[in-house]
Amino acid sequence: MFFIVDKWVVVMAQRIVIDPVTRIEGHAKITIYLDDTGQVTDARFHVTEFRGFEKFCEGRPLWEMPGITSRICGICPVSHLLASAKAGDRILAVTIPPAAVRLRRLMNLAQIIQSHALSFFYLSAPDLLLGMDSDPQTRNVFGLMAAAPELARGGIRLRQFGQEIIERLGGRKIHPSWAVPGGVREPLSEEGRTRICDRIPEARTTALNALGQFKQLLQTHEREAQTFGNFPSLFMGLVTPDGLWEHYDGFLRFVDSAGNIVSDRLDPTRYQDFIGEAVESDSYLKSPYYRPLGYPDQSDHCRLDSGIYRVGPLARLNICTQIGTPLADQELREFRDRGNGTVTSSFFYHYARLIEILAAIEKIEQTMDDPDLLSTRLRADAGINQLEGIGVSEAPRGTLFHHYRVDENGLMQKVNLVIATGQNNLAMNRTVAQIARHFIHGSDIPEGMLNRVEAGIRAFDPCLSCSTHAAGQMPLHVQLVSAEGTLLNETWRD
Amino acid sequence: MARVKLATVWLGGCSGCHMSFLDLDEWLFDLAAQVDFVYSPFMDVKAYPEGVDVVLVEGAIANEDHLDMIHKVRARSRLLISFGDCAVTGNVTALRNPLGSEESVLYRSYIEAVDLHGQVPQAPGIVPPLLKRVTPVHAVVPVDIYLPGCPPPADRIRAVLEPLLIGETPHLEGQQIKFG
Repeated sequence: MFFIVDKWVVVMAQRIVIDPVTRIEGHAKITIYLDDTGQVTDARFHVTEFRGFEKFCEGRPLWEMPGITSRICGICPVSHLLASAKAGDRILAVTIPPAAVRLRRLMNLAQIIQSHALSFFYLSAPDLLLGMDSDPQTRNVFGLMAAAPELARGGIRLRQFGQEIIERLGGRKIHPSWAVPGGVREPLSEEGRTRICDRIPEARTTALNALGQFKQLLQTHEREAQTFGNFPSLFMGLVTPDGLWEHYDGFLRFVDSAGNIVSDRLDPTRYQDFIGEAVESDSYLKSPYYRPLGYPDQSDHCRLDSGIYRVGPLARLNICTQIGTPLADQELREFRDRGNGTVTSSFFYHYARLIEILAAIEKIEQTMDDPDLLSTRLRADAGINQLEGIGVSEAPRGTLFHHYRVDENGLMQKVNLVIATGQNNLAMNRTVAQIARHFIHGSDIPEGMLNRVEAGIRAFDPCLSCSTHAAGQMPLHVQLVSAEGTLLNETWRD
Repeated sequence: MARVKLATVWLGGCSGCHMSFLDLDEWLFDLAAQVDFVYSPFMDVKAYPEGVDVVLVEGAIANEDHLDMIHKVRARSRLLISFGDCAVTGNVTALRNPLGSEESVLYRSYIEAVDLHGQVPQAPGIVPPLLKRVTPVHAVVPVDIYLPGCPPPADRIRAVLEPLLIGETPHLEGQQIKFG
């Protein structure tokens, strides 16, 4: 049954479904709605996967949680490992040894490098370097390996640099059961430190080269930079007590598009005071919003003072005063010059990601001389001393919250997870609508234009395994639907 | 011998197996020289093609989209590899099975742990309904090769792919057949 509320069937209208959205980390579809004159009325981003961690973890021991929740995501398992271990630290009511903090930070930095390298070199560089309109058969990492082998090899080795650090600490590249409530299990070996140091110069060169190439691309992608999710919103993330870039600890800060600090020094464990979560019927991805400004309903998506906020690399660079390493800070200044202060275009997520890779490499280098780095005092032993704990860290895609309640035996009673990508859901929906309105006119739609809609999503680097604690497969499907809801015409394209 | 047509598919899992595939690192150049990649989440091919020689399937069967897809994959592929523990046993994706049905996990996430618009997402044709029980791939379609691990490390993936490239059947043993 179709009712009048369905705008697209009131008039003769078309619905275009992009299914699946490809070269993203997860399972998703995009629907674009056109009116009878072929103008885009709206577009929606749908996440189609769900696994249910919040429920099936109930009854399990606290000690299993880092190992299980890291399986939420194969791309950023370290984020869940750390947020989970930090929630566990609270439940044990311990301060973990300084060396364990250093090593957890080191692993998180390594993960930022490998995850950002995946996003840029494997998933988005084909759009940026081969072209949004290039042949879809070869517009992928394998096409990039053929067309620009040195760039591709550099990206592969940069990701490997991050993955190897994770392996040296945790024993494996993906899903290491290494961070635990109270600290970490294994130290870094002298040999491991030497090996990391040896690879830093190459990693730094690769990151700087990629930044150079990206800045050149900005000239050829001016339209994309202006229309890929370019709108005012809030930005949120962790900063140090002094307001510097942070990834593991600190306070939460919200800024607006004019760079004004909206709220600051928020205790991340009180997230429920300022983050609400809403559900839309057409996606397994929830839509968190900034509670004091309220949820932006469909009808007032353009309201500037709504609770839409963005997280992740772009947000982290917008909220901090500086990064705290020389090369990255130099890049940050140029980034702000190009974006006129607070950067509102989501296309600049790519740029921010490359700067964060550089920052992470520099911060790893700074860590290498730390006298605590090879310490074997790594774990505080304790039992269950508090029944509730919240662990927060910056995942590559933004701020991640693990909230646990346990019984006196340490069995999980309640689990709530607020995932980085979900917090970008409202912004991603607004982005696909903005791109569709700009690039799609009429029903004869070149493939490259639809690819731009997908590329707008890729800019956010959504991790949909994570975001639904979990993340379709068909050709591009265009339906022409009459006012009565009858299917008038249907075309399929590979 | 004709070049092997290789596909990778991601169903109900965390993508860790696909990330481990990328951990093949620079060997990917050698692999790309020997095979035609015809379908993968890393590519823009939207429809699963006919005539696939080898497919790596990550993840368990957890929703109706997965069910449609796995039948299509089986029908169009010569050799199907269950890629990683979720595909082989259900693993973490199947941890919801003891709860009896999909309802309680949906209720917890979309009704209880929500501040606004609490509802179970169910837009028809867009959001695939969850299956009552999560199953491994071989519970739905025949599987030719099992590649265990959570995820299988890159050297294990290579140990399976290399013989296939020269027309031989891979044989894993010892440490290579470990779960977890």
